[in-house]
Amino acid sequence: MSKLPSSNLELLEQFGPHLKYTPVGGFKTDLEPDKLVDTHCCFCGQGCGITLKVRGNEVTGFVPREDFPFNKGKLCPKGVKRYLQGSHPDRLQYPMRRTEGGFERITWDQALATTVAKIQEIQAKYGKNAFAMLSGVSLSNEKSYLVGKFARLALQTANLDYNGRLCMVSAGAGNKKAYGIDRSSNSWEDIVDAKVIFVIGANVAECAPITTDYIWRARDKGAKLIYADPRMVPMARTADLYLPLKIGTDSALLMSMLHVIVREHLTDEQFIRDHTVGFEDVLQAVDTATPEWAAEITGVPAYKIRQAARMYAQAPTGFILHARGLEHQTKGVENVVSCANLALATGKIGKPGCGHSTITGQGNGQGGREHGHKCDQLPGNRDISNLEHRQYIASIWGCEESDIPGKGLSAQEIMNAIHDGEIKGLLSICFNPLVSLPDANYTREALEKLEHYSVIEFFLSETAQHADIVLPGSLHEEDEGTATTAEGRIVKIAAAVNPPGEAKLDWQILLEIAKRLGRERYFPYSSTHEIFEELRLASRGGTADYSGVTWERIEAEQGVFWPVPQTSETGKTATRASDLDTNHPGTPRLYENGKFYHPDGKAHFNTVHWRPPAEVVDADYPIWLTTGRVVSQYLSGTQTRRIGPLVDQYPHPLVEMHPRLAQALKLENNQWISVSTRRGDLVLRVSVVQTIRPDTVFIPYHWGGKQSANLLTNRALDPVSKIPEFKISACKVRAATPAEILEGQQTELDASRAVSVGAEYGLEGRRTELNR
Amino acid sequence: MSEQRFFIDPIRCIGCKSCMHACGECATHKGKPMIHLEYMEREFSTQTVPMVCMHCENPTCAEVCPADAIKRTPDGVVQSSLKERCIGCSNCVIACPFGVPRYYPEIDQMLKCDMCYDRTAYGLRPMCATVCPSEALFFGTLEEFQSRRSGTPVNEFQFGDQTIRTKVFMVLPTGEMRLELDPYADIELPAAQFDQTAFDHVDPFGHLQAFPVVSASSVRAAGGKS
Repeated sequence: MSKLPSSNLELLEQFGPHLKYTPVGGFKTDLEPDKLVDTHCCFCGQGCGITLKVRGNEVTGFVPREDFPFNKGKLCPKGVKRYLQGSHPDRLQYPMRRTEGGFERITWDQALATTVAKIQEIQAKYGKNAFAMLSGVSLSNEKSYLVGKFARLALQTANLDYNGRLCMVSAGAGNKKAYGIDRSSNSWEDIVDAKVIFVIGANVAECAPITTDYIWRARDKGAKLIYADPRMVPMARTADLYLPLKIGTDSALLMSMLHVIVREHLTDEQFIRDHTVGFEDVLQAVDTATPEWAAEITGVPAYKIRQAARMYAQAPTGFILHARGLEHQTKGVENVVSCANLALATGKIGKPGCGHSTITGQGNGQGGREHGHKCDQLPGNRDISNLEHRQYIASIWGCEESDIPGKGLSAQEIMNAIHDGEIKGLLSICFNPLVSLPDANYTREALEKLEHYSVIEFFLSETAQHADIVLPGSLHEEDEGTATTAEGRIVKIAAAVNPPGEAKLDWQILLEIAKRLGRERYFPYSSTHEIFEELRLASRGGTADYSGVTWERIEAEQGVFWPVPQTSETGKTATRASDLDTNHPGTPRLYENGKFYHPDGKAHFNTVHWRPPAEVVDADYPIWLTTGRVVSQYLSGTQTRRIGPLVDQYPHPLVEMHPRLAQALKLENNQWISVSTRRGDLVLRVSVVQTIRPDTVFIPYHWGGKQSANLLTNRALDPVSKIPEFKISACKVRAATPAEILEGQQTELDASRAVSVGAEYGLEGRRTELNR
Repeated sequence: MSEQRFFIDPIRCIGCKSCMHACGECATHKGKPMIHLEYMEREFSTQTVPMVCMHCENPTCAEVCPADAIKRTPDGVVQSSLKERCIGCSNCVIACPFGVPRYYPEIDQMLKCDMCYDRTAYGLRPMCATVCPSEALFFGTLEEFQSRRSGTPVNEFQFGDQTIRTKVFMVLPTGEMRLELDPYADIELPAAQFDQTAFDHVDPFGHLQAFPVVSASSVRAAGGKS
């Protein structure tokens, strides 16, 4: 059903990606903006403050927002050029229906009527759960909350999940196991007071650029930096101790570090005794995890493992940072709890300069995962399988507890169920699974099997091209709401402009569908502010408690750190949001005085036993393959592959390879090569650099079609978090054939089309400079 | 109050090019960055260097300009070429010891960094130093720099026989006191221009093989028997 309607080229001409270089009307010195709007960047979990220049209904540029405390005006290139996603020629401006030849414009009434008719038809025929919803955490907290409620009460399906499943779920699950709550342990200000910073599996410079300043401020005060990564990424270059870790062996390294800490009596016995449980079992598990044992598995020399363990344990304060490198694994949760074990064994948590945090990757990765569009959660980080939690949310939603479906499938499992024919219909928003899920060939097959697919999108992403009905939604800067940053800071997103053409605000589209499904009574909102007020009530008493915070407070205080619980009896029993109290100051640092969020008030050690990744190298596929990001692109590139200057900075994916491996394979720098795994193959150019392990190649994943690194990756899931193992595959590499080279060159040409820019812009010169 | 100065600390540069993008956003630049950022030698390292104009006391670019098109303001900012004077000869591009000026054929004129004169005149920091995520580009007083940060800021450079004093500071690693270059040696021995023993030239993966032989013991370890 959902096969691509017309040739790829026709879709390209019509929907892009086209490259936009200049603001509407060009760069003008004599045009003052009508207004300056304080808001945030949408292109990663740091949520940097930014001020947008607005003229009429167009965002025309930015001004550094120096008063915002997190980034003080700093921005990465995505932030600087973020405004170019507005008024874009590729922007979807009216609803469309797929036809044999492409897409045709229809009315909103037709688009919504078809969507609703298909939902009802499929659910009547195959059951409620045969219609699934996929969502994303570039959405605001309000929209995330609404999607959770919409799927459960309007679609009445259990099968709702989100693209945070590809991002922070391992950290979330690990945090909950260790600390009983899913949030960064501290505000980033505590990084500055750390005397040792241990970064593992996080390319901080390219994926969280502003965080580098916090690390440098700590180093200026004498902090040591330990960096474990298979690549010598920009921050690793300057580290005091670099650990050249083999992909997929993080837990062995971490277990071994704990082994050294225990053997050398560097543990904080009093902290362990007073504030934790389960250390005895962990002791036993790491008893044989000697540095020599770990060295063989990880490729990190044993003396460096000892050095790292001592450096971390002996420093008076310390901070552990990790990201997808460690989490995108079938052992994602085990790796996270292994980090927690280190922090707990040395008492480096819940104190100034001490902490353990994931660096959340998506725009609202933190807030989005707390309020209920995760298949197993209800608002406030509540558990959808917990009767008490269900009853509380039912009381807020005004429904019966039994009206709330149970735990559904996770994102990859939804795609698997579509492939297996169990799920027949899909509504998606803010998710481009064809680029971002592993094993893209499998995802494409799945999408082609759908009986109906409606998508809410602002650009026609690779996945949206498979949709039967396209509903034009809204960009970040077109709607008002809140987001929660990697630090756990709730920030305010402002609406700078209105959606163009017939495009609508996302939440209004969902309300319209709910109304047509006859479920209007559950969605009585006239603004996102009203949704937030309900979210406050719904989150009250949950671990992610937002009840004490208001939009006004967020603006006045430049962000508030949750939990912000009720402090008064009135607030604790209020049935209306207006009766909630706002006394709590917020919680920048969690776990102070050793108070954790498990019912016993203790932190929990979790025992980990070493096991290899799902796929390992062998004679047929002898090279390790890992994936990641580049600084100029965001996620699946739906937005950033349409911003000319960002594309020119790193136009096409390159395969990073060590010179010794290149020599063994008789490859030269910039040569076209074929990379294949058991799931697919890619033809790309190779970048021969000494900054990667010689047994490993790296490909950034932001591109679609024949440039998609996820054609190669593995669908194996972490048993707890259900995160796919993006970071570890076994591959083989050879020089490309002449025919493959031609195809590769054509693919590069088709990947993006330049939009004409003013002659004075000097496009070729800019391109050369940015791509140098 | 002490004077606001500009500091370049390449060690902190993460190569993100935020500085270039932000520079190009200035309405008078029309999308063209007036500053540059380059990989030193990507084959070996991710080391990048952001380059703003150093604003020399006796600017070589102005000295070699046959049209007298490059002016220095009383407060020491060396400006882009004057449109009505610049003849597009690129003498300045070739002569600048720091490689700063660029010739733009589409407008037949040399343009370069003027330290955001339109911002600094109003007490704002230059755009690049405002957005730089790692503060590899830093704008503030010398006292502020020294009270907060490690490294040695220098603004006197030796290029062969030529001594150059600049308004902008380059930050050297702590312990290094001077930056001296012998341009003749570098021209004759291109391979010698980089220090092969610098820490990021030592292959951090030197002990690892491209195709490691799988030993019996590591197979046992991978089997989870530990």
